[in-house]
Amino acid sequence: MSLSLILIAIGLAAASGLPGLGLSRSSVWGQRLSAGFMALAAILGLSGAAAGLFTQHNPIINFPWQAAGHSFVGLDALSAFFLFPIFLMGGLGAIYSLGYWSQRQYPHNGRKLRLFWGLLTAGMALLVISRHAMAFLFGWEVMALAAFFLVVTEDEKPECCQAGWIYLIATHIGTLTLFGMFALWRWVTGSYTLTPVAHDAISLPVMNIMFLMALVGFGLKAGLMPLHFWLPGAHANAPSHVSAMLSGVVLKMGIYGLVRFLWLLSDPPAVWGGLILLLGAVSGLLGVVFAIGQHDLKRLLAYHSVENIGIILMGLGLAMLGRSLDRPEWVVLGLAGCLLHVWNHSLFKSLLFLCAGSVVHSTHTRRIDQLGGLAKTMPWTAAMFLVGAIAICGLPPLNGFISELFVYLGLMGAMTSNGLAGSAVVIVAPVLAMIGALAVACFVKVYGVVFLGSPRTASAMHSSEAPASMRWPMGVLAVCCAVIGIVPIVLTPILDSAIAVWMLDSDIMSPSVCMAAPLEAVSVLAIVLIALFAVLSLVLRLRHYPLRSTVTWDCGYAAPTSRIQYTASSLAQMIVTLFNWVLRPGMHRPHIEGVFPHAAQMHSHVDDAVLDKLLLPFGSRIEKWFGWFRRFQHGMIQQYVLYILIAVILMLSTLIPFEEFITRLFAR
Amino acid sequence: MIEKVIHVGVLLVLPPLLLGVINKTKAWFAGRNGPVLLQTYYDLFKLMRKGMAISTTTTWVFLAGPVITLATVLLAGLLVPMGRFDAPIAFTGDLILFAYLFGLARFFTTAAALDTGSAFEGMGAAREVTFACLSEPALFFALLVLARVSGSLKLTQMLHGPAGGFTAAVAAPLVLVAIGLFVVLLAETCRIPVDDPNTHLELTMIHEVMVLDHSGPLFGVILYAASLKMLVIGSVLLHVVFTFQTGRAWLDWPLFIGELLGLAVVIGIVESVMARLQMRHVPYLLIAAILFCGFGFILLVR
Repeated sequence: MSLSLILIAIGLAAASGLPGLGLSRSSVWGQRLSAGFMALAAILGLSGAAAGLFTQHNPIINFPWQAAGHSFVGLDALSAFFLFPIFLMGGLGAIYSLGYWSQRQYPHNGRKLRLFWGLLTAGMALLVISRHAMAFLFGWEVMALAAFFLVVTEDEKPECCQAGWIYLIATHIGTLTLFGMFALWRWVTGSYTLTPVAHDAISLPVMNIMFLMALVGFGLKAGLMPLHFWLPGAHANAPSHVSAMLSGVVLKMGIYGLVRFLWLLSDPPAVWGGLILLLGAVSGLLGVVFAIGQHDLKRLLAYHSVENIGIILMGLGLAMLGRSLDRPEWVVLGLAGCLLHVWNHSLFKSLLFLCAGSVVHSTHTRRIDQLGGLAKTMPWTAAMFLVGAIAICGLPPLNGFISELFVYLGLMGAMTSNGLAGSAVVIVAPVLAMIGALAVACFVKVYGVVFLGSPRTASAMHSSEAPASMRWPMGVLAVCCAVIGIVPIVLTPILDSAIAVWMLDSDIMSPSVCMAAPLEAVSVLAIVLIALFAVLSLVLRLRHYPLRSTVTWDCGYAAPTSRIQYTASSLAQMIVTLFNWVLRPGMHRPHIEGVFPHAAQMHSHVDDAVLDKLLLPFGSRIEKWFGWFRRFQHGMIQQYVLYILIAVILMLSTLIPFEEFITRLFAR
Repeated sequence: MIEKVIHVGVLLVLPPLLLGVINKTKAWFAGRNGPVLLQTYYDLFKLMRKGMAISTTTTWVFLAGPVITLATVLLAGLLVPMGRFDAPIAFTGDLILFAYLFGLARFFTTAAALDTGSAFEGMGAAREVTFACLSEPALFFALLVLARVSGSLKLTQMLHGPAGGFTAAVAAPLVLVAIGLFVVLLAETCRIPVDDPNTHLELTMIHEVMVLDHSGPLFGVILYAASLKMLVIGSVLLHVVFTFQTGRAWLDWPLFIGELLGLAVVIGIVESVMARLQMRHVPYLLIAAILFCGFGFILLVR
């Protein structure tokens, strides 16, 4: 039942863009039908996933298709867990696009966008419920290609196309690695079916090779630190609800793949867990540091995805270590942190991207330093962004805090329960603390410069609030963030059943999440905090103070302008200097001379360490070397025919019996 | 129950006195009489009766910032034990909530500063969030050491130490952690050598410059929350430094209050004999705090 609901939802989602193709460009019915289809698919899919979480027997459907070896799909709690963000965001994004990317405004690419939006949702849902390598890769490719077409929605802009191509190359490197991995899987297990194998079925070297392939293949999709190079460009240049989907949900498919693959192998070496934990810490720290240096609102949010993937991987690494060292409580807390952060990140990152979309929609710029004071003209968007910002910083009383709490508790529990190994693991806890503080710095900068203060440009001054179709999806996401943050206890059954699937050994009773973490106490304190705030505000309001409106204190300066406000670059400057060694910011300082210098400007930028500093120079070097061959290709047909003649003569020359000539020559 | 009431009472009433003690110490070092010990209370009462001047640039964030800061610091104060008495609220993992509550306070203090659109307050906000990036890891290393020594993840048990009292083996790590925590205390409460609470030159300040535009009751809330924060972080430090208890409740409360006032005197002495560091040298001090706490941790697990 639950599985059929999901299959119907997948069908609906995949078909959602089709009616629009048959209608004229000026018709608004295409977008309405597509949003209706997607909303229906979301409701069906979410109810199917909710039912699938708690069914004891895991339904499986075989397809009578010989060529694919009876490719089949199935549903367990882990699949159901990952289906939630896919369908939630699929539905909300479609509604959001009614206002954000309406057919009236974008008649030439609106239909394409909606077709691939539905396909993206359907592809992800298919890959999550697949139980066979073929179905998995099919869903994976549908997702990857649909995402490519969504990134290049505005294919008239060169930067969109460049970002799209880089994404396409990166995702296919990943797919190729996955093909290799599944081929190895077929070789060692004898089938493409994805079911766990006994721990002695595969030799350790083969397991290690498969693990590394999985790490590269899934890590490229998830945006793990050195493999994240495609991510900022693709997420910044796509339409904002697409960025929300890409950042919030598509990246999680990499995490899903990794979690599912590690579930297949029952006895992993401890090194794997340590490696994932370390990569997670590096991703988390460098992701947020690179985010601080950005001047582009959406690029900045994209780098924060790298950071959050790092936090998710820290949880997963701890769970892996717990599995290797037989510590069920590490597995529970680590995996709870990993899975819950998957949900949380999909909620607050989508929320932030939708808010960013609302800003871009109204002001037509993504540059942080050209905005300002939007909280006055767009109060709803500003409030929603504030919710997202507090959540992504992991601050109480919102949801980001709960998942980080799981990771912290797991790490610290490892230290107090297990001597040296635990102490080695817990070293990443201060790193996580630093990530948190840096995230606060980054979002104070974004929120302060974009929404607070006074408008820096005319477009920021004349901005207006987004339409209701864009505000409602944001509101739903914000409410989800608040509910998870204030009453996390409601999630215990969901997390418990997903973790129980991953534990494999059903004879070991894993402790429940609510036993392992103080969820009641946290929700009580969250409520106390809100109540304290309310009481203090009331107490301060009881008496009516004489209020005086005035200008901001400016030391008596006669003509303040909004240009003298602190900019995003200056807010970030101290941190960028601290992390000079990895960011290597480019500074273009003006040359000022004379008593009355001319107008001058200063410009700084932080380029990506992998793409801009490594891959592109390497690529252009290769291009230069191979440029030598270009002199043979110049478009003159006569010369090409000459090449053919030379080639034929050379080939014929192999028929010449040289040896016989030589022997005859010297025979005399 | 009576202990909890006293805890809340001390938490609410004592903080402004700490500022008075610091100012008196500084005045004594400078050979002045200085303001009376209760001056901060008088200031608070005066501010609460005043009107407010509010910039037209600001939004509700400007008004909510100080209130949220006070709420979070109060809540954090309920998680920290005082003297040998347990904290009113204690649960496994409360140390993380404790640290993150300060993060929430920082978010809103700095956002309220940026709300005014003033470049000075932007500078203060930038400094505040930057230095926090270095003091947070130091605080966490210190908490890790305490968790490891006590084998517990409850702040109350962590700060009270293991059941049998501290052994000689943990003395060296605890000394290092105490030094690190003292630096964190100075940085978080914005005292010399990190920040100068007295200067009126906006370019050199952190905390004071962020609140330039707050006035009247809101400024009173900020002043009170700042002194409360000093008391809360100070009591964490005192648990590491002073482990002596008499065992009698009526003696232990005065003893703890005495320790707090002693800490205020030490801060006053530090402020009197040192100059504020150059802004670009502050990170070195905080990195030193990370190193102290980190080496404390390494000594413990070796």
